[in-house]
Amino acid sequence: MSTRVAETPHGALGLTPEDLLAMHRTMVMARLIDEASLRQNRMGRAPFVVPVSGHEGCQIGTAWPMRRGTDIWLPYYRDLGVVLAAGMTPYEIFLGVFAKADDPSSGGRQMPAHWGSRRLGVITGSSPIATQIPHAAGIAYASRYRGEDAVTACWFGDGATSEGDWHEGLNFAGVHRLPVVFVCENNEYAISVPQSKQMAIRDVADRAAGYGFPGEVADGSDVLGCYAAMKRAHDRAREGEGPTLIECKTYRFLPHTSDDDDKTYRSREEVEEHRHHDPIDVFVEYLAQHEVLDQTGHDAILRGVKTEVDEAIIAAWEAADPDPRTLADHVFEEPR
Amino acid sequence: MTEKSVVTAIRDALHDEMAQDDRILLLGEDVGTRGGVFRISQGWLDEFGESRVIDTPLAESGIVGVAIGMALHGLLPVAEIEFADFIHPAFDQIVSEAARIRYRSNGDFGVPLVIRAPCGGGIHGALYHSQSIEATYAHVPGLKVVMPSTPADAAGLLRSAIRDPDPVLFLEHKRTYRAIKGEVPDTAFTVPIGLADVKREGTDLTCVSYGYSLHRCLDAAARLQADEGISVEVVDVRTISPLDRGTILDSVRSTSRAIVVYEDNRTFGAGAEISAMLAEEALFDLDAPIVRVGGPDVPAMPFAAPLEHAFLEPEPDELYRKMLKLASF
Repeated sequence: MSTRVAETPHGALGLTPEDLLAMHRTMVMARLIDEASLRQNRMGRAPFVVPVSGHEGCQIGTAWPMRRGTDIWLPYYRDLGVVLAAGMTPYEIFLGVFAKADDPSSGGRQMPAHWGSRRLGVITGSSPIATQIPHAAGIAYASRYRGEDAVTACWFGDGATSEGDWHEGLNFAGVHRLPVVFVCENNEYAISVPQSKQMAIRDVADRAAGYGFPGEVADGSDVLGCYAAMKRAHDRAREGEGPTLIECKTYRFLPHTSDDDDKTYRSREEVEEHRHHDPIDVFVEYLAQHEVLDQTGHDAILRGVKTEVDEAIIAAWEAADPDPRTLADHVFEEPR
Repeated sequence: MTEKSVVTAIRDALHDEMAQDDRILLLGEDVGTRGGVFRISQGWLDEFGESRVIDTPLAESGIVGVAIGMALHGLLPVAEIEFADFIHPAFDQIVSEAARIRYRSNGDFGVPLVIRAPCGGGIHGALYHSQSIEATYAHVPGLKVVMPSTPADAAGLLRSAIRDPDPVLFLEHKRTYRAIKGEVPDTAFTVPIGLADVKREGTDLTCVSYGYSLHRCLDAAARLQADEGISVEVVDVRTISPLDRGTILDSVRSTSRAIVVYEDNRTFGAGAEISAMLAEEALFDLDAPIVRVGGPDVPAMPFAAPLEHAFLEPEPDELYRKMLKLASF
């Protein structure tokens, strides 16, 4: 047998160093937008924000195989990283944080992080949990019916898997072998309720067997591992092999929302332990090992992203508020 | 014109719409092989194929949720809830999702969805095959609720519902299905959503009703004319929400007396809203207090014939007597 130099993990996935840098920058962007949003909340300029810190690995990893302009995205409220990957800009994110008229998701009607944009193929979401799961199945049904080469992906937390809609959506998708990927960002808590009180099993992915399609567990702190799982699922969907359930084991470093106090249900030691597996740190280490980015380069990107976030905040804060006279608009389609 | 029953009019209208627009899909329990429990889609599995006539899992929230997804992605789904009594698991999908999607997305997304649901009692359906659900859903902005009472209105309103860019709950009173027959135009005519209709002209009092109750009102009105020479105008609400206030007010202002009749539980029913609207808008045009006749406030219609009858008509010839009393107030 001949020997050869082992291919890099990202090379085996078909990812170039440029791809890795773009993924890294998006993860950093999500983190810095998150931290800045919470500061805006504490400054009294944003009534309510939803943290993402800790989820960047699973979000960027599972969002990255998706094709902008073709595929369809159904994120849930923690999916800042997913919508950045879908093409939402920091300025647009902060238009939502400040509930401005040009907020692409809702024009300031919904709480921040209730994403939506027809232009980007991001389907509008609500606050009730798991209601988007049957929508994902219906959209995937429609895209196949219309002969499109589209993959629909749907993200949700571990708590969502207890809802009836979650079962009904996955079941329909399984019966019809639809081109859809279900991504569970399992951060061990539904607000305060731990996984042990949410379900009697260790892996959400096991539930896929009940719907007749594969389930896979990925390490949420490993962005490339999440990418690999999603790439397989995305390929399966495009090849007509049906849905996949991906469970990313992740952790949220901050409270559920700006109104939550996670000290009432998690020890600081537990949170600190998980911070040792920060998906951004893990990825930066990987990039250094493979000589894609060194610490100096990482610091430079942090500075550049911070500048972009600061500029987005200033511009969004100065944007127009919704006009009170629009309160009754869009209850029904308006006559043209 | 062809004489049809309500169920045949619905069947023909839906069939013809599906035949001319392949964006229209029918999904629900037993709609495929069985052709629907009321035989609306009999034979359509062969005609339109299983991608357009979908036997779904037995899960109402999933049926509506999946249909919302289809509607968000270019299709015009018609979701069938086998009996309106079973729609409640889908309440969240209808209210939190379908009805709010246009508003919450600031007009970016719309849900052109029709949900058909056979409702109403008087057919020995008991507690869970007799319910009236219109008031529960008419309270929800962003959702249109229609309830035809004649074959022609059923066909015309169904076409309008399918062509509507927003979600429409299309309620079909089961007792009208085969009991009510009428002339239906052979063209693809529509009846606009949001317009009430004067089904019988009159001068002495106005009776406002819808669904099967409308036919009980028409029967009482005809007998009052014959027996007492009392002229009753009967207004068919047709669209519960958005309510056609103008047609109802015009009629009541012309007769100065109003009786509102509905099968649903009296308290907080659609007739309560109609009565409140009349009290607010037409008080000084009235010669008598508004009379409201609704079902009793019991959980639902019982199975045993005497109990079911007591729900529908607590005293003999109730409508006739109440109209007579109102006319002579």
